[in-house]
Amino acid sequence: MAVLSFEKKYRVRGGTLVGGDLFDFWVGPFYVGLFGVTTIFFSLLGTALILVAAAGGGTFNPWRINIAPPDIAYGLRLAPMALGGYWQVITICALGAFGSWALRQAEIARKLGMGMHIPVAYSVAVFAFFTLNVIRPVLMGAWGHGFPYGIFSHLDWVSNVGYQYLHFHYNPAHMIAVTLFFTTTFALSLHASLVLAAINPAKGEAVKGAEHENSFYRDFIGYSIGTLGIHRLGLFLALSAGIWSAICIVISGPFWTRGWPEWWGWWLKLPFWSI
Amino acid sequence: MAEYQYLFTRIQVRGPLYPGVPLPAEDEPRSKPFGFSHLAGKLGDAQIGPMYLGTYGVLSLMLGFIAFEIIGLNMLASVNWNPVLFVRDLFWLSLDPPLPQHGLRLMMPMHEGGWWLLAGACLTASLLLWCARTYARAKSLGLGTHTTWAFMGAIWLFLVLGFIRPIMMGSWSEAVPFGIFSHLDWTAAFSIRYGNLFYNPFHALSIVFLYGSVLIFAMHGATILAVGRFGGEREVEHTIDRGTAAERAGLFWRWTMGFNATYESIHRWAWWFAILTPVTGGIGILLTGTLVDNWYLWAMDRGFVASYPPYDTVNPYLQGAPR
Repeated sequence: MAVLSFEKKYRVRGGTLVGGDLFDFWVGPFYVGLFGVTTIFFSLLGTALILVAAAGGGTFNPWRINIAPPDIAYGLRLAPMALGGYWQVITICALGAFGSWALRQAEIARKLGMGMHIPVAYSVAVFAFFTLNVIRPVLMGAWGHGFPYGIFSHLDWVSNVGYQYLHFHYNPAHMIAVTLFFTTTFALSLHASLVLAAINPAKGEAVKGAEHENSFYRDFIGYSIGTLGIHRLGLFLALSAGIWSAICIVISGPFWTRGWPEWWGWWLKLPFWSI
Repeated sequence: MAEYQYLFTRIQVRGPLYPGVPLPAEDEPRSKPFGFSHLAGKLGDAQIGPMYLGTYGVLSLMLGFIAFEIIGLNMLASVNWNPVLFVRDLFWLSLDPPLPQHGLRLMMPMHEGGWWLLAGACLTASLLLWCARTYARAKSLGLGTHTTWAFMGAIWLFLVLGFIRPIMMGSWSEAVPFGIFSHLDWTAAFSIRYGNLFYNPFHALSIVFLYGSVLIFAMHGATILAVGRFGGEREVEHTIDRGTAAERAGLFWRWTMGFNATYESIHRWAWWFAILTPVTGGIGILLTGTLVDNWYLWAMDRGFVASYPPYDTVNPYLQGAPR
């Protein structure tokens, strides 16, 4: 099953971004490529460092592992390995692996004659991670402002940072981001339902096509965005959710240091309410 | 290459307005199509309308409008019917659930929760009718009823928050208020009261499905747009009779991560991720305060709270670091 019946004609050389034919081959179902090699390098090194750092942290319980960034006192310098240095190198490995993965996606898209939508979309998620653990710590002057690597420890970080701004739900960019997350999920359920409903009609009914899909949505809400449009909308909503998430955290600290409920004071202080 | 990137429709073709697939004789007639919108045509289909209202639709819209009016007029009354204050304070205004002393009673003074109860009842009826409408519209066109089941997942979460959990807790006052900031305050207070909702496993699952849904839509939307030049958006056709768009879309993920969904199965992944977001979320809310009083202590007992060094440790390596 490594090669599907129709797959052979698509497995051609070329389309790489750099390095020509170097590593231009497949292993099982996976395309390798130069960026596959760099992905493996960074992810293996990063995972190994996570295990080493976990060994120093006293637990291998996956829920409890916590690999913290350096103390704020180290500012933007390198820290000793056991005191945040692991976190720093793991962050570099993560970004190396994420970047390699995006470039590998670009090479695969070129091989298949596809647009660059997927690597671009993936880069938005990488950008959100980069914002959290590089841009914001740099703007605030210490790697200690990054989030720790650990399942429940990173949730504690979210809680603690949220309460530092008193009530994070009042952050306007957070409000937009959450709304976009819910809207994307809502739109996904509607799109998935519609396609499944067309392919899987009631017993004895013929499979339905775009005419029925359009008619259903026009009957239902007065508008059908269409088969192409729903994918534009879905991609736009999903990427906006990621972008506004990055905005909501990067403004907390570097650009606003008080409680978020207080931020809304500008609205209440507008000059025309007393007219 | 750029012209194939498919982010906007650059040339819009105008055919006649399409009145829609004929409906069964027992249905009411649908409206005429409303017209074209050039702006809508940039992103998706340019045609606006027609629409089918029907009994469910009309009743649902009326009940939804009544709920909206009850909430809005109560907010207006709370600023002494001052329209300027209403606009200024809109995000801060709220229609709160009944006072705790009223328990689960249905009769109480209107300004002590009666309006909230009435608005909630109208909104619930409106949502249920809108859900019934998805079923009726799908049946009339011979489509599957997947939208209805998906919608019921969202209604489950809505009912848990405003109806089922308050009943299990014995008081309507446990429910969520209607208001922008007030429902956010409720959410934050709820998490603090029950010892940090992040330690609620069903909350964690719900967030995983929420983020997972966004991830899936980003992957799926990007994939379909990326094979747009091969007609990849014709998903039903490719499911039945695979073309080169479906082959390339599948191979992309196969080569990237060793596995790919098909044109049909990606929508099953999407459907379940989207549905399980409110379903698991509702379970998490329902367990909170009823079975579990403090999620943090609950997690401590089960040994999955993160491991931190003790507070009083003096770190010898830090002595020389500048403060």
